Order: sequence, then C-alpha cells, then structure tokens
Amino acid sequence: MRVADKTIVSQSQEGVRVKKKIKGFLTNNMVTIMFLILGLLGFLIAGMSPFLFLMDIVTRVSRNSFLVLSLIIPVMAGMGLNFSIVLGAMAGQALLIFVTHWGITGLPGILLCMILVTPLSIFLGYLTGKLFNKAKGQEMIAGLILAFFAQGVYELIFLQLIGGVIPMDNRVLIMSSGVGVRTTVDLSFGLKYGLDWPGLTLGMPTLLRPTLPWVLSFFGVAGTGLLIFLYFSKKMVLSRLKLIAGIAALAAVLVFSINEMIVGSQVNLIRVPLLTWIVIAGLCFFIYFFSQTKLGQDMRSVGQDRHVAAVAGIQVDRVRIIAIMMSMVMASWGHIIFLQNMGAFSTYGSHEQIGLYSVAALLIGGATVTRATIGQALLGVFLFHTLFIVSPSAGRQLFGDAQVGEYFRVFVAYGVIGVTLAMHAWKKLLEASSRLEN
Amino acid sequence: MKKFITDSFSSFGLARVIILGFFVFLCVMAVVLRLNISELLTSSLVRIGMWGVLVLAMLPAIVSGIGPNFGVSLGIVCGLVGGLTALEMAFRISHVTEFSGGVLFFIAILISLPFALLTGVSYGWLLNRVKGSEMMIATYVGFSIVSIMKIAWLFLPYASPEMAWPIGRGVRVQISLANRGVTRVLNNFLSFNIGDIVVPTGLFIFFALCCLLMWIFLRSRTGVAMYAAGDNPRFSEAAGINVNRSRIIGTTISTVLGAIGILVYAQSYGFLQLYEGPMFMPFVAVAAILIGGASVRKATITHVIIGTALFLGIQVVAIPVANAFTSDWSSMGEISRKIIQNGVILYALTQAGGD
Repeated sequence: MRVADKTIVSQSQEGVRVKKKIKGFLTNNMVTIMFLILGLLGFLIAGMSPFLFLMDIVTRVSRNSFLVLSLIIPVMAGMGLNFSIVLGAMAGQALLIFVTHWGITGLPGILLCMILVTPLSIFLGYLTGKLFNKAKGQEMIAGLILAFFAQGVYELIFLQLIGGVIPMDNRVLIMSSGVGVRTTVDLSFGLKYGLDWPGLTLGMPTLLRPTLPWVLSFFGVAGTGLLIFLYFSKKMVLSRLKLIAGIAALAAVLVFSINEMIVGSQVNLIRVPLLTWIVIAGLCFFIYFFSQTKLGQDMRSVGQDRHVAAVAGIQVDRVRIIAIMMSMVMASWGHIIFLQNMGAFSTYGSHEQIGLYSVAALLIGGATVTRATIGQALLGVFLFHTLFIVSPSAGRQLFGDAQVGEYFRVFVAYGVIGVTLAMHAWKKLLEASSRLEN
Repeated sequence: MKKFITDSFSSFGLARVIILGFFVFLCVMAVVLRLNISELLTSSLVRIGMWGVLVLAMLPAIVSGIGPNFGVSLGIVCGLVGGLTALEMAFRISHVTEFSGGVLFFIAILISLPFALLTGVSYGWLLNRVKGSEMMIATYVGFSIVSIMKIAWLFLPYASPEMAWPIGRGVRVQISLANRGVTRVLNNFLSFNIGDIVVPTGLFIFFALCCLLMWIFLRSRTGVAMYAAGDNPRFSEAAGINVNRSRIIGTTISTVLGAIGILVYAQSYGFLQLYEGPMFMPFVAVAAILIGGASVRKATITHVIIGTALFLGIQVVAIPVANAFTSDWSSMGEISRKIIQNGVILYALTQAGGD
C-alpha cells in the first residue's frame, strides 16, 4: 500500500516536473515558436509552390547568415545588439565600389575587397568601441544614432567629394555631372556571384555549385556520423533522446533528398553556393572556438558583470573595443557576401536597413540582449526570410493587397526588436529591485 | 576672467561651439555670397515656428526623467489621426455647414487630444517598466507604431476625396490642407511685413502660448515635483513624491505636445504627411533641444527656443549657401543636417555617463 502511494506521489511529481519543463521551454522560446507558426500560416495562406520557396530561401539564407552571425560577439561582451554594424556594411560597400572601379572581377575581386576592407573596418570598430565605452549602458541607442551619423559622412564622401575633391574617373560609376557615385551600382559582369559562383568567369558554371539534394544528403550522412560519435564519446554530451531525435530528423532530410534525386524533380535545379556555405561554416567554427579562448572567456565575464571583471584584472574597455572591432570586420565581409549575391545595390540605401533586419533576424531565432548563439542566428535567418518571402503573397490572398504584407513584415522587424528590448529591460529592473529587497 | 571663459566654454560644450561656429560661418557666407537675406530670414522664421511645439514636446520628457522623447512619433500619429478625422468630418457635414480653416485646426487638436492622452498614459506606464533603457525602447516603440500605422492608413475608413485614392485602398501619402483652408491659418493670422521679411505672427503667438503654459506648469506643484523626480528619483521617492506618476505625467504632456506640434507643422507645410512621414521626426526634435544646450537629463524652455532657432536656422541657410558655391553640392544641406543632428545626439549620449 505504502509503496503504491509512493509511486503515485513520485509519478505526479514527475508529471509536475515535465509540465514545468515544457512550460519553461515554451516561455523561453515564445518568440521563435510564434514566428514558426506565423511563417507556417503565411506559407499555407500564400499557397506558394514549395520549390520556389526552397529556391528563394536557400539564396536568402546563404547571403544573409554571415551578417547576422557578426552580431554574436558584442552580445557575448555584454554590449547588446550591435546596431553599428551598418558602418561595417558601408565599408564593405565602399570597397565594392573601388574594386569595381579598378576592374577586378570574380573571386579575386571579392577576396581583394575582403582583404582591403579589414583594416578599414578595424579602424571604424576602434572608433565605435571608444564611443561605446563613453556611453556604457546606452550602446544600442548610440549604435543606432552612430549609423545615422555615419550615413551623413558616407553621403558626404560618395555623393559630394568623389569625382571632385577625390579624383575618380569612371563613366559607368560616376554621375554625368562628374561628381558623386550613381545611385545604383551594377556588379554584373564584375563582382556579381564572385563568391557564390566562382567558376562563372572561368567557363565552369558548375564548379563548387552542387545541387541541393546532394548537399543535403551529405549533411544527412555527416550529421548522423557526428551525432553517433558525440553519443559514444566519453564526455556524454548527448542524451539518448537528443540522439534519436537528431538521427530521425537527419534521416528525414536524407530520405527527402534521395527521393528528389531519384524522381528527378525541380529541386535538383537548385544549386548551392558551396564556397559561401564553407565561409559561413568557417565563421561558425571561429565563433565557437573563439568563445573557448582566454579572450573569449574574458568577454563573457565582461558581459556578465563589468565591475566583477574589472576586479578580476580584465581590461574591460579594451575587451569591449576588441569585440566591436571583430563584429565590424565580420559585418563588412558579411555585407560584401550579401551584395555579391544581389548583383546590384543602391549606393545610398542598401546598408541603411542592415542593422534593423539583422538584429530582427537574430531575435526571431530566440536570442536576447544578453545571450545569442550560432544556432539562434541561423534559425532566425531562416524564419525571418520565410516571413519575408511569404508575407506579400499572404497579404494579397488575405486582403487583396500585397502592400499589406510588405508593411506587415517591416512592422514585424521593428516590433520584435521593441518587444524584446522592453522585456529585457523590465526583467533587469525586476531583478534589480528583488536584489534590493533581499 | 580666463577661468570664467574656459568654464562657460566647457559648460557650453565642444559640439555646441562647433555648431554655433558653423551657423555663424553660414550666415557670413550668406552675406558674402549676396544671397537674398530677407527671404532666408522669412523662411527661417516659418521653420522655427512650425518646429517649435515639437521641440517643446521634448522638455517635459527630459524634466520628468525619461530623457529626450525619441518616441514622440506616438504623439505625432495621434495628431495625424485628429487631423484626418477633422478633415473627414468637414467633408461629411459640408452640405450642412462649412468650417473656417482656423476652427477646423482647433477641432483637429480637440479630436487628437483623447488619443494623445490615452497613448501618453500607456506609453508612460511602459517606460516606467524599462527604466534605464528608455531612449532605445522609445525609439523602437516609435518605429513600431509608425510602421503599424502604415497598415492602419490602408484600412481606416476615410472617404473624403482629398484623402482617399480614386482607385485602390487606403489614404494618400500626403494630404493637402488647401481645400479646407487650413493651410497656413496660423502663419497668416495677424502676419505683417518688416521690409521684405514676413513675420508669421499667429505661429509665434501659438508657440509662445505653449511655452508660457509650460512655464507656468513647471512652476506649479506638480511641475516642481516632476523636476525633483527627474533630477533625483531616489531622494524624491523618500521625500514622498510619486516618481512613477510624475514620469507618466511628463510622458503624457510630451505626447500631447507631439500631437499638437504635428498639426502646427502640417498647417504651415500645407500637407499632412502619413506613412513614413513621422518616422524620423523625433530625431530632429531631440537634436534641436540638445543643440540649444539641454542634456539628456536637464532642459529648460530657453534651450528649446535657442535650439530650435539654431538648428532650423542652419537647415534653412545651409542649402542656398552650398548651392551658391557649386551646383554639384545640391545634397550638402541634407548631408549637413544628418551629420549635425546625429552628431549632437551622440555627443549628448557620451556626456550622459554610464549607468
């Protein structure tokens, strides 16, 4: 009798614990779950062909991931969402203009851009870091305003000085008056697809351009191997449940891609920009390993508590400046990757929304002001762009007006940032007051 | 004497010295280049009057301790709703009675007031929950509201022909006030000429009245409590002042002034600007009061007046001066506005000190 009672009690306790766990999971991932549902609903309402969606999402995720990943390190250092990546984007864009002017094309041109933009963005990052150190606690608004300020300086250089004070003679790039870069810069027959499609100028269009099913099956096999290795490795980092779930998901991907290959469907027409994916994967590994280094650990401690870190002998201001410099370099590379895929850009506008959309994507992936991971960044890019793809057609289906959908997705970007920031600030305030009471 | 000069110099701030120097330089250039000075003065006066109330909206926010109100676009949106509703009402009852432009202007203010009060109170409630991050959150609340209103403008049932598109959905991007005679009602009221300079008397009377009411309010019991709450919240709390209530009052007054301010702006400009229109207006108002000498924690009516005159003055003079140099520099006015406006906000943020 007693034993039976005990089991009942422990069962109900177990039930409560599971319930609590589920509730915790739901509240912690509320934003992500909401956008998952929103994206799915939008997809169903829009009535898009899965093939077109897949094609679009592969392109968008490949071109945008690097930029969003560039936000992670400042979050680690406790500096919040780095809205100043717009400056890095401007630097990248400036180099694209110059390299186009010099006439260097394809992959070498892109590599040259990336090499030359690095010192420039380190310099910009240094200045930004200095500024942020003077406005501690207000880094985000300072970054936002700094981006507006830099827009003015950028326009001064490229609209008023180039061609006049700074000599540059190029009929294609410079306006007919001889002063100022034209409002759009066309990269086709130049740097367009320099990284995505390196064989284009060599007459080998399929070089490093495998089809999507091949890449997915590679991921399926390699991922399963990795999971099994992790499970049997001595550190026991993986629970059995996660192993089974992971293998099931990968198996589904594998079955899907092999099926597509056998059927010979349209999906085989989608080609993956492999070099870009390798660069993104490289950045992911870099961020992961960097966070294990001494400097990475210092950044974490600074992010946890500046004062404790300072007492422990960490040079807080220096660490913060380094975090911004790294983010700035990554952002400039990310924007180069973004624009070489777009193939043309608006000289005075294409960088303006970079901060907004990258931050929104990161937050949609479940990141907060104080915590952001690689997985959240990638998931966020996927969900955010899903919403971007489906909302105009969903708007047309629901209201007979694509404009509604377009306005809606812009609202979502602003709204998700506003809500996340407000929730974070509120939580911080509650913690502070409960600490006072104790 | 030397100490006095360096002291007043440092309290005035480097950024302001540069801006003042730039303004003086522009004025000298305008004279040297033989630009039409009276025309410049006339448009400066109009610009100062039309922005005045919006810049004044920053004052109660800073005084009550929430800092410059980057979310004044909430008030602006309320003002726009009031304006549109007044125009729609005038259209619907036009077969019964016609309103004069002036009456319609005040009706618009009256209609926008309840919206602005409600918005202001709830916005103040929100800002009380995010102390320490008000500026960033205000900015994004403003952005969010403006972008959700873009959807609302497509669906709100305004049918008056000057508002609705002849085909398709939603209201126009810019709504002309000329048909109802609201354009420049304040500007033209009692306006007179000094030589070639036109003085928009009504505009200045309205602005002065707002400043006067603000001055009286800040010296009332509530106003003084608000000053204290903004200056030193902990001490005021201990002294029995309800800090949160003071902050809500400050935010609400700021929002209401935003609503009135956009209507003053619109009657002078001649159009109500919807959609993207209110998005970046708060930054201009914030920059103006900061240029006038305010910080993110302290501000006075003098700062409002000096700042508006200086910042809007620069905007008026910069464009013709730049154009007189070379026609290639057509964007110089806009570029200098961006650099000055955001430079001064950045400067104020670095002066505020960390948390």
